[in-house]
Amino acid sequence: MKNIKVLGTGCANCKNTIKLLEAVAHQKGVEIHVEKVEDIQAIMRYGIMSTPGVVIDEHVVHAGGVPSQSKVEGWLAGGDAS
Amino acid sequence: MNMNMTAVARKWPDIHPREFLVMAAVFWVALYWALAPASEALVAALPVDRASHLGGALQFFVYDTPKVLLLLTGIVFVMGMVNSAFTPERTRVLLAGRTEGVANVMAASLGVVTPFCSCSAVPLFIGFVQAGVPLGVTFSFLIAAPMVNEVALTLLFGLFGWRIALLYLGLGLSVAILAGWVIGRLKMEPYLEDWVRDMPRIVARADALRLTLSDRVEAGFAAVREIVGKVWPYVLVGIAIGAAIHGYVPETFMASFMGKDKWWAVPLAVIVGVPMYTNAAGVIPIVQALLAKGAALGTVLAFMMSVIALSLPETVILRKVLKVPLIATFVAVVTAGILLVGYVFNAVL
Repeated sequence: MKNIKVLGTGCANCKNTIKLLEAVAHQKGVEIHVEKVEDIQAIMRYGIMSTPGVVIDEHVVHAGGVPSQSKVEGWLAGGDAS
Repeated sequence: MNMNMTAVARKWPDIHPREFLVMAAVFWVALYWALAPASEALVAALPVDRASHLGGALQFFVYDTPKVLLLLTGIVFVMGMVNSAFTPERTRVLLAGRTEGVANVMAASLGVVTPFCSCSAVPLFIGFVQAGVPLGVTFSFLIAAPMVNEVALTLLFGLFGWRIALLYLGLGLSVAILAGWVIGRLKMEPYLEDWVRDMPRIVARADALRLTLSDRVEAGFAAVREIVGKVWPYVLVGIAIGAAIHGYVPETFMASFMGKDKWWAVPLAVIVGVPMYTNAAGVIPIVQALLAKGAALGTVLAFMMSVIALSLPETVILRKVLKVPLIATFVAVVTAGILLVGYVFNAVL
């Protein structure tokens, strides 16, 4: 199971990012746990300058704009299968 | 079926980006030149008199709508490709540690080409300050980024001509540079929220971007999907308003209370505009209506700038990082700059 955090102050792009993550995970049958981080101080601790940001297992993998579907598929495919 | 088609459509530019760009450019130009005769032919085929008010309005609508949308798609695509090289992280590297003055000019100019969404204003602000970008320079960027961008400029160019688009560019940059510089002179650093001031300083750096041409083409597509997809209804409404009043409302209607000779027109336009919140595209229908009916250009541009540059939601977001005196100063300085623009404009033209 992957722990994914979506960093963003609640704009439309953040919501779309979460939807996309869940859709791809569902499609691929990958189990994920998505957490929304909306507190600005918590967001800034990851050092990103544009939102939404995506953090997988405490690594920032994306910042700024909704990630492309192929990018999301790459994240969910890579790494362990546990 | 639909999925298959988009998959094919996306693979081809991906594999042969150069050929795709050449073909797309040729196709775009051909389409652009064909618009005027095509719209004339279309209106001629309709059972309306071309010389009548209705005929004129229809011609205006069927010509301007595809023209502006085509311009917008083309420019947003190209800017999407260009923008992919200007991430906020790289912009920060360019600005960090510079002294004010030149840096204000750079910040405002970079604001035009750096992709920016107002919901990112706070992380961007903190990221800049943390890396040692002076406060006034940060503000120059923050003012220019939403106000002067390719969408606003394209729409102004498509609807009102290059002269107004260039004026908007020049004046928008001037407001951003001057307002940022003034804020820098006022030494407002103590009015950052404490937690922002106490954040550890970092050294700005950005990994070298290795973008292939097909990455850039992909970025262009993404920009078109995101921006044109969101903006087209406003454009349509704007042109429809333009077409509708193309002869039905007297030309001087607005001039009576938004003309040059009314000294209070500029402040009124700005006071109305500041709390309003919409993007460049959303304000275009209003601008279209005002200009077409004889409102003074400076007044209308001041209105447009105040709507885009300042808004209630943005100040609420900024409140998380700025104390009230700094927010008040920010709003006051930018408002003053826009007022000045309106007056200078009305006086010169």
